[in-house]
Amino acid sequence: MNIHRRTCLALLALPFAAAAQTEEALRTAIRDAIGDKPVADGGITLRVPSLAENGGQVPLGIVVESPMTLQDHVTAIHVFATRNPTPGVATFRLTPLLARAEVQTRIRLAEDQRLIVLAETSTGRVLRASAELRVGAGGCLS
Amino acid sequence: MSALPSQPRIRIPRSARAGEVIEIRTLIEHPMETGLRHEAGRALPRDMLTRLMVRLNGETLLAADFQNGTATNPYHVFFVRLDKPGHFEFIWTDEKGRQARAEARVAVA
Repeated sequence: MNIHRRTCLALLALPFAAAAQTEEALRTAIRDAIGDKPVADGGITLRVPSLAENGGQVPLGIVVESPMTLQDHVTAIHVFATRNPTPGVATFRLTPLLARAEVQTRIRLAEDQRLIVLAETSTGRVLRASAELRVGAGGCLS
Repeated sequence: MSALPSQPRIRIPRSARAGEVIEIRTLIEHPMETGLRHEAGRALPRDMLTRLMVRLNGETLLAADFQNGTATNPYHVFFVRLDKPGHFEFIWTDEKGRQARAEARVAVA
């Protein structure tokens, strides 16, 4: 009885432990990227499919509202996949030589999840946007 | 520094009007193997690109640092406004320090 109960508890606890680990990895990755700077929602448009048929090649378009002048431009865009085995996707370092703060790429997603994008500006602001994606076949990450 | 076997492909216009915004597309063949994947019970060894650096007339235009979530055959699109002829250099670097390079010139009329 006792053993059975323990097994059940362990089985119940497993996904929660994994989720907690993922949360911690995400927090660490975000802290490594932007430190403790305050974050404001908005100012970023994400172009992603709501359902990605192939998690191994998910198109992602990021457009940050920015004049891209010497004084006021986006310096970095960080992309995080909240439920991949490791949350880091990519960091883009931008310069005012770019016509606009826009990058398109392809990413991999292991399962249904939320994508978080942070943009840092030369004026010290950090903007955030997120998108929920459903994944048909996972991106073969593990 | 040794060369990567990967073949980069760049799609960029040959010419532009002064002040025109042009689109640049880059693709490089690379497995982007994270080391987390298994095949027949064995872990596939990690083999990742770490960085794409793009320079315009000698100045940094864009740099991308890749982590595990960047897909196989990394593909990137970005936009530049050209006021004078552009010499673009593209350099991909992997975790062993090996590099693949490409370049392109855009005339401005």
